[in-house]
Amino acid sequence: ARLRAEVLNCPSMAGADGDDSLYPIAVLIDELRNEDVQLRLNSIKKLSTIALALGVERTRTELLPFLTDTIYDEDEVLLALAEQLGNFTMLVGGPEYVHCLLPPLESLATVEETVVRDKAVESLRKISHEHSPVDLEVHFEPLVKRLASGDWFTSRTSACGLFSVCYPRVSSTVKAEIRQHFRNLCSDDTPMVRRAAASKLGEFAKVLELEYVKSDIISLFTALASDEQDSVRLLAVEACVSIATLLPQEDLETLVMPTLRQAAEDKSWRVRYMVADKFSELQKAVGPEITKNDLVPAFQNLLKDCEAEVRAAAANKVKEFCENLPEDSRETIIMTHILPCVKELVSDTNQHVKSALASVIMGLSTILGKDNTIEHLLPLFLAQLKDECPEVRLNIISNLDCVNEVIGIRQLSQSLLPAIVELAEDAKWRVRLAIIEYMPLLAGQLGVEFFDEKLNSLCMAWLVDHVYAIREAATCNLTKLVEKFGAEWAQNTIVPKVLGMANDPNYLHRMTTLFCINALSEACGQEITTKHMLPVVLKMSNDQVANVRFNVAKSLQKIGPVLDSNCLQTEVKPVLEKLAADQDIDVKYFAQEAISVLALA
Amino acid sequence: MSAYSTERILPVQAMSSAATAPPSVDKVDGFSRKSVRKAKQKRAQSSSQFRSQDKPIELVQLPLLKDVSAQEQPELFLKKLQQCCTLFDFMDTLSDLKMKEYKRSTLNELVDYVTVSRGYLTEQTYPEVVKMVSCNIFRTLPPSDSNEFDPEEDEPTLEASWPHLQLVYEFFIRFLESQEFQPSIAKKYIDQKFVLQLLELFDSEDPRERDCLKTVLHRIYGKFLGLRAFIRKQINNIFLGFVYETEHFNGVAELLEILGSIINGFALPLKAEHKQFLVKVLLPLHSARSLSLFHAQLAYCIVQFLEKDPTLTEPVIRGLLKFWPKTCSQKEVMFLGELEEILDVIEPTQFVKIQEPLFKQISRCVSSPHFQVAERALYYWNNEYIMSLIEENSSVILPIMFASLYRISKEHWNPAISALIYNVLKAFMEMNSALFDDLAATYKSDRQREKKKEKEREDLWRKLEELELRRGIQNSDGIIPT
Repeated sequence: ARLRAEVLNCPSMAGADGDDSLYPIAVLIDELRNEDVQLRLNSIKKLSTIALALGVERTRTELLPFLTDTIYDEDEVLLALAEQLGNFTMLVGGPEYVHCLLPPLESLATVEETVVRDKAVESLRKISHEHSPVDLEVHFEPLVKRLASGDWFTSRTSACGLFSVCYPRVSSTVKAEIRQHFRNLCSDDTPMVRRAAASKLGEFAKVLELEYVKSDIISLFTALASDEQDSVRLLAVEACVSIATLLPQEDLETLVMPTLRQAAEDKSWRVRYMVADKFSELQKAVGPEITKNDLVPAFQNLLKDCEAEVRAAAANKVKEFCENLPEDSRETIIMTHILPCVKELVSDTNQHVKSALASVIMGLSTILGKDNTIEHLLPLFLAQLKDECPEVRLNIISNLDCVNEVIGIRQLSQSLLPAIVELAEDAKWRVRLAIIEYMPLLAGQLGVEFFDEKLNSLCMAWLVDHVYAIREAATCNLTKLVEKFGAEWAQNTIVPKVLGMANDPNYLHRMTTLFCINALSEACGQEITTKHMLPVVLKMSNDQVANVRFNVAKSLQKIGPVLDSNCLQTEVKPVLEKLAADQDIDVKYFAQEAISVLALA
Repeated sequence: MSAYSTERILPVQAMSSAATAPPSVDKVDGFSRKSVRKAKQKRAQSSSQFRSQDKPIELVQLPLLKDVSAQEQPELFLKKLQQCCTLFDFMDTLSDLKMKEYKRSTLNELVDYVTVSRGYLTEQTYPEVVKMVSCNIFRTLPPSDSNEFDPEEDEPTLEASWPHLQLVYEFFIRFLESQEFQPSIAKKYIDQKFVLQLLELFDSEDPRERDCLKTVLHRIYGKFLGLRAFIRKQINNIFLGFVYETEHFNGVAELLEILGSIINGFALPLKAEHKQFLVKVLLPLHSARSLSLFHAQLAYCIVQFLEKDPTLTEPVIRGLLKFWPKTCSQKEVMFLGELEEILDVIEPTQFVKIQEPLFKQISRCVSSPHFQVAERALYYWNNEYIMSLIEENSSVILPIMFASLYRISKEHWNPAISALIYNVLKAFMEMNSALFDDLAATYKSDRQREKKKEKEREDLWRKLEELELRRGIQNSDGIIPT
């Protein structure tokens, strides 16, 4: 790095290139000051180019002071600047000069706009690692202290994110100061600052020595977890995961659990929601014994919470929670404690709760094994397959593979079919789209006979749906089915129906024929394509609708590679030539394109 | 404390007519709105008030206050207050019907009692009143029904327990307004913690509740001098959290309405704290996505400040320019409206200080392809006071505006805009014909000069990039040129 710095500074080189005279700082600064915000933004984004042109020394002595002084700009420009400065170490001469970047970043870290501030903190964190231990104490840590005792809440908020990066590499006196500053911010007057401190509590705990985790962090954690504002309390729940991981098992009961129990029963649903949302992490952090004694009842309560929001978050965790239960008592706990709650959730009044449950409930079958699944879970699956809310049914269907492994899908097929048919005809096209996407999976699990008998007609009906996205997905679905069931199956069941649509009075349906051919030709192979599909495509070149004709050209281009060269010359080429002389400009264009791509000119 | 006692505050109703005038430009685009599509949905109700319902609630029916002797009334009053601390589950419309009705009639009786009775307010009544009110109104607000509640689009979720809650609020307001009410005793119970919980309730989705809260907070601010600074600070925190963290708070308009009356009463010269509030809190509120919901109240506050202290004009206008909407034309129209309100009260000496950046922005608005933005900006030329300011400073403003006006007069797609522009150009011509002719004559050469400058910029950057590339190669190869 040193060498490069010298090279860039070498006067002979600058002279040879004439850089200094070419790019006086005034010109560059003019660019950074341009009246047009967009141009200013562009210049800032290329700040590294400017710095390179100036060389490391002038970057340090001229460019950075300018940037520090003129920091009052549009937030968008400031954001770009904050980001750039994080990657500037080499441009100011390497790690030994990296502290030059601190003044502008310090100003940016006090800006009101959150994204700018966050980016400045991110860059500061990044360059903190490039400071030597000495520079860290001489330059970086004083900056953190200044921010931590700033007048306006923004600088104190930013400081919260910087403690953990400098703590591990400073002397013990400075460490004590840092801990004191962090303590102050945790009891700051402004809720914004307390929130920032609470959100960094876990991260800070990780870099502290264990004795200070026990003495300092726990008391801060307890205080934040009983803050008057629920927005602060819920952040303490997040910290709880990290803190619990750091402490030895025997301390958890006295230091962490009272607070966690209190959070799980907080009067604010937001806090309880957070506990539910972090439940798997908490479970891992406190270990199997506490899980059995404390978390199981807490989880039951969350599953029965009076707010749907909380129940939904807990329902989402049912599978993960059960999976991570200690093996020796897993089945008993699930059967006696969890399953009764789950059964109630199946008929919850809130659809978000039911659909959250439906997205994970199938996962329980692998944990509980075949017999329990058939006896206890199957009735629940079947009930959810008949749920009034399409999302619930869809979530069950999309996770069928888990059950398939345990009990086979046949057990469900009686109820499955009506559910699929109903979703296939749902009034919302997004629901139809979602079920189409599961068709290949279902086809694979139900087998070809069941499919032909019950589902094939649905797949064909989607081809004439009035929403394009559905027709498109249906086309794509056919390809996957052919890949699964083979070309012969395609020839017997799908191809005739697809080709039949070529004579449909609706030009959109005629085009669907072409789209299907595009998608199917490769999977079906040369013989079927040449014998059955090509003639239809060629015939459609006489269609009266231009859109159909130019799609014929596109189709020919697409299926060309599947055909043999003789066929291309004798059958395809004449038609494309005819289309190339069409009166419609688009038809001409695509015909010519096909001719050149297929090298038929 | 003495500084605060000079503060007088307007009754909220006195300024509400000015502040709640509906924003005229709110919903004029041609797209169908969610609110139209969802019109048939029934109004959702929600409540987080009630936690567990194990057994039916039984309250002992007490005699009416008017049926007992005057000596017995105070004690009966206290008993009734205690009974009203019982909460009912309103999400279950069938449970405890009789007792719900009993509590409702008791609350009604209490409302009447505090309104007409004399001598009922003994010292021991205060904690019981505050306790009853706290029990009923302080609660964690329920989650919003739709995942991302958009106050502009979605119907608010109404508080299910409103039949009781409304009476509790009414009772509390009558209590605060009662002639016998003594803040010196009440301040023991209506303290910072109480106010903090009250402020959190302003996030309620139910507009009826927010309206009651507005009156309650206004009375408290008026009567408890010791709480004023605290209330202002907590409102600051709510607004800052709203702007920079959550973008979500339902009661911004109501809080601003109260602030409007507070600002009106600020003593002069304004304290630094108040100026900071204007610049660091009120101005950033303009950047909120949901500005249209509280813009009228916000603009009222801003103008109040400027009427108090005209020297704040420059920072205010610079602030508006900083937060000027980049993509949202509807907000841009609101900004232009607010700016006109400011210009209506601006002093000529202040105008001169800010005219250059201001008219650069107006010139961009005039040439906006969105005709409502252009139209709103061009309406300034119908304002006699603004016209007189422009005329006095035409030598500065005309050169800024000319290029946009000249170009747009020929290019704008909307004929109404072209006509308005023509009038503005004509006005300028009459104002300062010599300058106008000069600018017209040099228009072409100016454009060419701009183009040339643009090309020079591109050249500069191209050369810089070549240099970067060359050095990049050198560095990667490790070759040092001689």
